[in-house]
Amino acid sequence: MAEENILTTGGHHIEEGLVHLQLAEDAMDICRSMSLWPMTFGLACCAIEMMACGMARFDMARYGAEVFRPSARQADLMIVAGTVTKKMAPAVVRLYEQMPAPKWVMALGNCAISGGPFKFKNQYGIIEGVDKLIPVDVFVPGCPPRPEALLEGLFEIQQKVSGKRWWPVPEALQKEKF
Amino acid sequence: MSQIPVELVKILIALVAVAAFVGLNGLVLVYLERKVAGHIQRRPGPFEVGPHGLLQPLADAVKLIGKQLFTPKNADGFLFWLAPILSFMPVLLLFLPLPFGPKLTGMNLNLGLLLILAFSGLNVLATCLAGWGSNNKYGILGAARAVSQSVAYEIPLLLSVLAIAFQTGSLNLSEVVAGQGSWPWQWNFMVQPLAFIIFFVSALGETNRAPFDLAEAESELTAGFHTEYSGMGFGMFFLAEYANMIVVCSVAVALFLGGWNGPFFDGAWWFLAKVYVLLLVMIWLRWTFPRVRFDQLLNLNWKWLMPLALLNLLITAFVTKLS
Ligand code: SF4
Repeated sequence: MAEENILTTGGHHIEEGLVHLQLAEDAMDICRSMSLWPMTFGLACCAIEMMACGMARFDMARYGAEVFRPSARQADLMIVAGTVTKKMAPAVVRLYEQMPAPKWVMALGNCAISGGPFKFKNQYGIIEGVDKLIPVDVFVPGCPPRPEALLEGLFEIQQKVSGKRWWPVPEALQKEKF
Repeated sequence: MSQIPVELVKILIALVAVAAFVGLNGLVLVYLERKVAGHIQRRPGPFEVGPHGLLQPLADAVKLIGKQLFTPKNADGFLFWLAPILSFMPVLLLFLPLPFGPKLTGMNLNLGLLLILAFSGLNVLATCLAGWGSNNKYGILGAARAVSQSVAYEIPLLLSVLAIAFQTGSLNLSEVVAGQGSWPWQWNFMVQPLAFIIFFVSALGETNRAPFDLAEAESELTAGFHTEYSGMGFGMFFLAEYANMIVVCSVAVALFLGGWNGPFFDGAWWFLAKVYVLLLVMIWLRWTFPRVRFDQLLNLNWKWLMPLALLNLLITAFVTKLS
């Protein structure tokens, strides 16, 4: 059964501003990137890694992203942490649409990216990739991704929002990417 | 041209000063709260945004201002947007009769204490309207809880304050402070320890702080009465909560802990220092205690705080009459 039959995909609609002030908008973007409040929202095992990220050893609070808001209305960042089943999919879309703009989505783990270990021929239970439902900004691969990877994903979103990488790049990544 | 009354100008200046004070302290308290929470859980808390994360609350505030404002479908738009304003505005008034220093009072009122107690009730109304107006089941549940909780905790709060009023024979906060000495053993809380404890516990209940934050209990009610508020609507509630914390702590300091009296140098700094110690205790309580259940919350109030406060009041009246 195709996804289109049971689901509407989430939209993202922002009206253009009337006035554009470059400096003010840049400042605003920096502030936004420095206070990305995620939603308290986990779907499967990857959510455990997300919780680890808020705790003592990795501590997302250092970058101002530890304020997990239980209400979608106050969240900026949706971390899709885990398997999106077809039962859960309408709820995911609805939560995404309940978030006020500007909002960002991070697909955490292979399940959210492509269906991960549950993707096989004739499977009928899961959505193969959350990007079929809602626009995703950053994909963080791994099964599950380590907390460092989640932090890296967060920095990636910060870069996307404010146009600048704020923190030093770890050595292992430097060799790979740059 | 008719003359502008001097009193009005004074009140206006005081209000502007209070607004600045509340805004500044709101930022400081957000930072403190997150930092203390971090350290209690053995993590650094906000650290990278500005030196030691000092710019974090600023970034949060600007971000909240820049968020989309959202009125849910079927919500009562007028009540929905009235609530955050109504929760924040009266708080500014509450600061007027507070004696920050020997000369530093917005308005030296004879019934200052009464004014504070009367206007702090508006906060409950705002919470109630927020829950009702947003047409959300979690909102309405949170609002219902907030109302029954506030009604319950108002009584021991009033009774403990009344004990002090009996003892000093005044409702003027400046006079109550002036009646206490410079050293800790001359402060009212040495004479009225029970009243102080009751006041502090009920103040926690009144301001909806953990362990009594049932109105916004995250694990059961999503975000309680402010579930549907985005951006600055939520920010206003937040700011009002912190401002209310400052008010109750200031009243506690003025009534029980000697206000601006302190060893060696009397003055506003003693007042602020004591207020901040109490605020830190509040934050400490929030991050170390689990939330109570609703029946426990009301049991604690009706079975312990109320009778104890009454007893305390009776004894105070008796002793005052005798001496
Ligand atoms: S990617 Fe792996 S760890 Fe994450 S939810 Fe899927 S199966 Fe679990």
